Amino acid sequence: MERRRSFPDVLAGGIFVGVGVAFVVGSLGYELGTPTRMGPGAFPLLVGATMAVLGLAIVIKGLIAGEVVSFGPIPWRAVALIVVAVLFFGFTVRRLGFVPTSAVTALLTTLASPRVRLLTAVAVAAGLTVASTLIFVVGLQLRIPLWGPWLGL
Amino acid sequence: MELLDNLALGFSTALLIQNVLYCFVGVLLGTAVGVLPGIGPTATVAMLLPITFSFEPVTALIMLAGIYYGAQYGGSTTAILINLPGESSAAVTALDGHEMARQGRAGPALAAAAIGSFIAGTVATVVLAAAAPPLASVALKFGPADYFSLVLLGLIVSIALARGTALKALAMIALGVLLGTVGQDIYTGTPRFVFEQRELYGGIDFVSVAVGLFGVAEILRNLENEQTRTAIVSKVTNLWPTREDRRRIVAPILRGTGLGAALGVLPGGGHVLASFTSYAVEKRVSKRPQEFGRGAIEGVAGPESANNAAAQTSFIPLLTLGLPAHPVMALMIGAFIVHGITPGPNVINDEPALFWGLIASMWIGNVLLLLLNLPLIGLWVRMLRIPYQVLFPMIILFAAIGTYSLNFNAYDVYAIAFFGILGYILIKCGCEPAPLLLGFVLGPLLEENLRRALIISRGDPSVFLTRPISAVLLALALAALLVAVLPTIRQRRAVVFAEEE
Repeated sequence: MERRRSFPDVLAGGIFVGVGVAFVVGSLGYELGTPTRMGPGAFPLLVGATMAVLGLAIVIKGLIAGEVVSFGPIPWRAVALIVVAVLFFGFTVRRLGFVPTSAVTALLTTLASPRVRLLTAVAVAAGLTVASTLIFVVGLQLRIPLWGPWLGL
Repeated sequence: MELLDNLALGFSTALLIQNVLYCFVGVLLGTAVGVLPGIGPTATVAMLLPITFSFEPVTALIMLAGIYYGAQYGGSTTAILINLPGESSAAVTALDGHEMARQGRAGPALAAAAIGSFIAGTVATVVLAAAAPPLASVALKFGPADYFSLVLLGLIVSIALARGTALKALAMIALGVLLGTVGQDIYTGTPRFVFEQRELYGGIDFVSVAVGLFGVAEILRNLENEQTRTAIVSKVTNLWPTREDRRRIVAPILRGTGLGAALGVLPGGGHVLASFTSYAVEKRVSKRPQEFGRGAIEGVAGPESANNAAAQTSFIPLLTLGLPAHPVMALMIGAFIVHGITPGPNVINDEPALFWGLIASMWIGNVLLLLLNLPLIGLWVRMLRIPYQVLFPMIILFAAIGTYSLNFNAYDVYAIAFFGILGYILIKCGCEPAPLLLGFVLGPLLEENLRRALIISRGDPSVFLTRPISAVLLALALAALLVAVLPTIRQRRAVVFAEEE
């Protein structure tokens, strides 16, 4: 069997250790209680510690006999645009209203693909906005105003 | 005959016009997402879940279930025609199915898949109807300690079947369980890990988790090396299999159905395992093993029957124990809860119309799928031409709208982005997302039953070993853990899954 250092293993293990320790520290701030009446902190403490140990094991295994996983490229543009698009939706849907928010979200998302042309993106975004308005607001009677207070309408 | 009475009740519910309609919508959507690579049933069910909140509970569940097993049908179409499995369990179908298509026998391959799936679906529905009531009555005797052990067993078995290393899968479960503790503590009401944000008091919504992990993360994976799908779709002619074909597929369909029905009950990807096992079995028992991989119709009929049977029987643990066997089942739990029904052994007595209606609808759904898949095959082939550049923005936008409409809480939408990124990083590191979602859904159950069991036993942890049901379940969990960790068995597991790559 091939033994090698594996960056993905170490990274994954590191995430598990980090999150596990964070939960352990967090749960120490809550009441731990007794075995008979476990407090709110006991269960997360237990699971958090377990996960930190598992994460540590993954890191160690990754350093000596890691799993051969190719990490591959990261589509930074897609990551950034999709995150911004989703956050934008959450933040503005109540403020700008359904139609403008959907249009901007759809446009940002469409642009996540590096192969798309601007005109195509606008067309796709427009189509999706119309479709989602028809499906969700007209069809399913979702109670979100079409145009929000920020527009001063 | 009690079973017949129950089924009569089920059919009278399932045949209500709106239920048939939404069953149709469900299997139609399921077939569509099964056909389209890049979007699976988990993301679809998560996106559509909010929409079903205004439905009657039984209607909502019928539609969501339809999406799940419909996707199993659709996945085989893409696998056969363009050698690209639309759903993971269809990967094995591509081996011989696509080879048949290249030899101009796409029609018989599709027909074998559809007929096999239909027979398997019918048999498995009967298995489900027959097995669920006795299991539910056993489950009613379970105390908190037994439930704790059962949930633990379910979580551990799910990793024994998952791909990737057991260590990572265990850590993913733990991460899911931890994320499930965010929000107010059930016993004391103390808000935990909420960073003083009132919006987090109710916990993280599991729809956000599912959409992030299975929708956004998957899209990011696909955008890594985007290719235009070269849809060299074979012409489908002569759908009906020859007499020789018909003779050859009978036994594989029956064997596949049996295997699938049995393996589907296991938590975590039972249907994927079922189709791989069925393929291996068919290859072994065949008098012409050299034909496998070169267009053997048995290699299509067996696995397709197996995965469809498994898709039906994976509802058994959900309906009788409240335990999800698959991420989609985890979402179905959410659907039950939203409608004020606690999934578990009580459903069968408290909501007989819903329970039997859902089961009966699966048979109706299978009939609809047979009609949808064979005559309308041309439509699905055309759908493969939808460019991904239209598809993925649609998924993101609908996911955002759907999640927001759950509680009109912007945090649920932010959570999609968070879980999308987290899931993407972890998937890139070789961690499967399914255990995280199962852990997230089952974590609160685990904690609640642990604490309740300890209250009853006055803090004595030996209660988990002295109660016989709990002790047996824990022993099974330990055995499953050993199976997952022991290297020899892992290697054999790797062989089974290697063909999927």
